[in-house]
Amino acid sequence: MGVVLDNLDRYADAFWVTVQLTALGFLGSLVLGTIVATMRVSPVAPLRAAGLVYVETFRNTPLLVLAVLFVFGLTKVGIRFSLFTTFVIVISIYTGAFVAETLRAGMNTVGRGQVEAARSIGLTFGQSLREVVLPQAFRTVVQPLGNVWIAMTKNTSIAAAVSVVDLTAVAGRLTTDLARPLPLFAGAAIGYLILTLPMGALVGALERRVAIVR
Amino acid sequence: MSDSAARPLVQMESVNKSFGDLHVLHDIDLSVDRGEVVVVIGPSGSGKSTVCRCINRLEPIDSGRILVDGAPLPEEGKALARHRADVGMVFQSFNLFAHKTILQNVTLGPIKVRRVPRAEAESRGRILLDRVGIADKADRYPAELSGGQQQRAAIARALAMDPKVMLFDEPTSALDPEMIKEVLDVMVELASEGMTMVVVTHEMGFARSAAQRVVFMDGGRIVEVAPPDRFFGQPETERAKDFLSKILAH
Repeated sequence: MGVVLDNLDRYADAFWVTVQLTALGFLGSLVLGTIVATMRVSPVAPLRAAGLVYVETFRNTPLLVLAVLFVFGLTKVGIRFSLFTTFVIVISIYTGAFVAETLRAGMNTVGRGQVEAARSIGLTFGQSLREVVLPQAFRTVVQPLGNVWIAMTKNTSIAAAVSVVDLTAVAGRLTTDLARPLPLFAGAAIGYLILTLPMGALVGALERRVAIVR
Repeated sequence: MSDSAARPLVQMESVNKSFGDLHVLHDIDLSVDRGEVVVVIGPSGSGKSTVCRCINRLEPIDSGRILVDGAPLPEEGKALARHRADVGMVFQSFNLFAHKTILQNVTLGPIKVRRVPRAEAESRGRILLDRVGIADKADRYPAELSGGQQQRAAIARALAMDPKVMLFDEPTSALDPEMIKEVLDVMVELASEGMTMVVVTHEMGFARSAAQRVVFMDGGRIVEVAPPDRFFGQPETERAKDFLSKILAH
């Protein structure tokens, strides 16, 4: 592991990049996923259709392919974001599709009767979602949502393929120079574990805490 | 009949409703006066629950008109939400919000729909919970309550909106026998206080003691309407006689 310790400053910088990709991807996919899940249960047919198209498009296309398409596609239509920003957008959109489907599964567990009760005290559709359906949906799917975001954390490694210098990219670049792939990529793996292991523990603790007594 | 109100509070005119090929309501005409308690009875599948659900448009109707307090039911949207706030609904399966405490269940509508300040909504909510006899359960979650307590909480939740009329859709059908009484007691008290009520139920005792009129439905039609004494004493239609003989046999 000496080669890793010799380059610890580069690993630290890259680790920070991976942390940022993870945090921004989490926020972006949470917002997009919630919006798309809401569209999918909306009473407005065109919104439901748009939500379906979103999910089927981005859930069924590889992240690497999407990343390359966005990096070159955005430039082509004249939008200039940094590679880092572009990748945050791509991984948010991609993961948002999984968040939306997971959340929709949670919304389906909230009884139709509770929705009718919410409407019958005069809550609008939006209020019923915010006050009654979504809070219960999130609590029901804490564990599967946790899985989605743990998978997303590891998926940030695709950023290396579009020249964002994250943990995976640093391991790759050092390997080119030093030809020591095993310790260098093991170093990257440890970096991911430092992020994902606590996430798993946090999800477990959160699930126990917010569980709804039924 | 009430003499204080010129027009009926709830008015259904030639209401028709189908679920696909199944024609569940045939030309329903029904009016409910202010302060009146109307009990709707009939066999399963007679359309009595659907009548109840149509009045706050949980089920849209195919033709005819429904007016509440003189105003026709609005289409989907904010106006419909306002309409529903004025029509209290109590369900067979309680439908309390599982992630909220009993007090939060009762205050959600007043705070979000009526824009009542939280402190005021909570003090009113506690008074209502006291009125239905579960003041000590205010900070519990629905699943921690018995069925009868949950149903009384659901009644308090509906009352918190100061509704013009209360609809009860088989409110005691999911309850153990010993819990039925505690719910009916609350309903009888409400009736005696002058609340306008439409009650779909199998509780003939409640119909006898609290209703001004009994509406008997079968096959999606209103077959007979009469004051409870006359309906239970001398039903006019064969169908009603047959129904009563079956349910009162034991």
